[in-house]
Amino acid sequence: MRKLLKNREFWLALALAMLILGVTLRAPGFGATSNLLDIFNNTSILVILALGQMVVILTRSIDLSMAANLALSGMIVALLNAAYPGIPVPILLAIAAISGAILGAVNGLLVWKLNIPSIVVTLGTLTIYRGTIFLIAGGQWVNADQLSPAFIATTRLQIFGIPLLSWFAILIVIVFFIMLTRTTIGRALYAIGVNPMASVYAGIDVGKTKFIAFTIAGTVSGLCGYLWVSRYVIGSVEVAKGYELSIIAACVIGGVSIAGGIGSVGSALLGALFLGVINSALPIINISPFWQMAISGAAIILAVIFNSRTSRQKGRIILKSARVGK
Amino acid sequence: MSDTQIRHIPDRLDNPLRSAIFSWQSLLLVVAITIFVANSFATPYFLNPWSLSDATFNFTEKALIALAMALVIISGEIDLSVAAIIAFCSTMMGFALQFGVGTPGLVAIGITTGLLCGAFNGALVSGLRLPSIVVTIGTMSFFRGLSFIVLGDQAFKGYPLSFAYFGQGYVWWVVSFEVVLFLIMAVIFYFVLHRTTFGRQIFVIGNNPVTAEFSGVRVRWVKFLLFCLTGVMSGLAAVLLTSRLGSTRPSIATGWELEVITMVVLGGVSILGGAGSIIGVVLAALIMGLVTFGLGLLNVPGIVMSIVIGSLLIAIIALPILAGRLRARMER
Repeated sequence: MRKLLKNREFWLALALAMLILGVTLRAPGFGATSNLLDIFNNTSILVILALGQMVVILTRSIDLSMAANLALSGMIVALLNAAYPGIPVPILLAIAAISGAILGAVNGLLVWKLNIPSIVVTLGTLTIYRGTIFLIAGGQWVNADQLSPAFIATTRLQIFGIPLLSWFAILIVIVFFIMLTRTTIGRALYAIGVNPMASVYAGIDVGKTKFIAFTIAGTVSGLCGYLWVSRYVIGSVEVAKGYELSIIAACVIGGVSIAGGIGSVGSALLGALFLGVINSALPIINISPFWQMAISGAAIILAVIFNSRTSRQKGRIILKSARVGK
Repeated sequence: MSDTQIRHIPDRLDNPLRSAIFSWQSLLLVVAITIFVANSFATPYFLNPWSLSDATFNFTEKALIALAMALVIISGEIDLSVAAIIAFCSTMMGFALQFGVGTPGLVAIGITTGLLCGAFNGALVSGLRLPSIVVTIGTMSFFRGLSFIVLGDQAFKGYPLSFAYFGQGYVWWVVSFEVVLFLIMAVIFYFVLHRTTFGRQIFVIGNNPVTAEFSGVRVRWVKFLLFCLTGVMSGLAAVLLTSRLGSTRPSIATGWELEVITMVVLGGVSILGGAGSIIGVVLAALIMGLVTFGLGLLNVPGIVMSIVIGSLLIAIIALPILAGRLRARMER
């Protein structure tokens, strides 16, 4: 029981449940299963991206280029689909994932081989990837009528009453859960976040592990590129602009520590869902959508304050005795 | 006594870091001159005093914030909320305008709002010891969100004519008020960072906060002040930008935070803290301004320029590293 009370995910899940309950009291339809499934579907892309970002943050890095990667990979498959409608969907999905993986690997290589801080690398690639979209599309948009019906249907297909988009998110949550808890690479990701020095002595290649983390984040970004274009039926330079910070916000709200080593599939999932629930609850309780940004900002600040309170006791404060000595 | 040798004890150690920074500035200078010359050859419209004066408007406002951001980054922190602070300051000025506040009042409100926003960031980072990158991602949404609450899809317009001077006025011939203000600020920041104890403390904190603490540096207080300073400079930039545009929308200055940080990093400030110089930042601001303006004259769309800026950022950091490795291999 005590362990449960100390569990961050438990508190976040409780807060989420309270939030849903509170809104349901005002608007009874909100808590209905169909509406909750709808919210999950709307948040699916954010969930997937938050998982990718979390893996990078675990290794004490950050990836600011995910949204740009998403937009570029999305544009690539959108253009391919517009030009050659015959290419089957699974192949396009694979192309999106591979293009994302390559873009992510570029980040990873720069971090691994040149030791440039990830925030600088991804700040640079963020603008480069965005600009490339403009170049390959010649400044044009890809509209709904240029995309094939199969492309658009990918995210809308219902299986057991749940859209395929949600299934993608569920599948990726499971894959990430297995990877982080049952594989050596998962262990390595946590290890280099908690203590890079000790990881080196334990035989973990820190640079290579970071490279893998960036490639994973890139792969899911590319995949989400396809999903985004399919869901919102548009490919343009502006796709997901500024979304990189929402992804990080989801992680932070979920309790992923920016200092690395702390975070789980549950935290990224709950953090993203928290943002998703707030976004869909506001119009229902008659709050102007213009409040959304300030509220998610406040949620991030509160989450950081809360997380720092709970994790403070864990660390050993070496300086404390010195200060008492004064 | 005569055989006593006078030993020179250098008051500054000539360490590799120092010479690296020095060469960094020369590298930036070379890049800046190259771009300048290339621009002059590429288009006949470039070498014209009025064109060059127009070019400065591309970067002076961002560069003002970059000066303060450089200090924050040298101290080992970061502030991602600067663009959101601009939006909020601009909104507050527009709000005050509705009550008939005059030009001096508007400027005061803009800068004070910036100061308060900065103090809010500083209190969270220093007071509660939270990581600045997360705090300022939060306040970034929060401050801009407040602007959206006030304005929605509306805009504030009708700023007084005298208010337009800050962003559109010229002090002398082609020399704009913005450029003069930027140069004065650059000199002040140079002295603060490189010639005062306070500046020295910023470097110490960036290099080793624990050592700084034990050396009697009030680490948290200094960091708090730096966030306030960034807030004030953002407020100042908000005054200039609002004056230049003549209106306030909540989406004002979107994405500036990343451009400002690019400027600072391009200027040779270590993102890990502890190293950097104001001259480098000024040169980087100049380079970014020249690139954007030169490509603009060549009808290159803004989004493509960002590829150049992004590549420049990575290349200029990667090249010295690669060169150093090559040299090490040659010596072996």
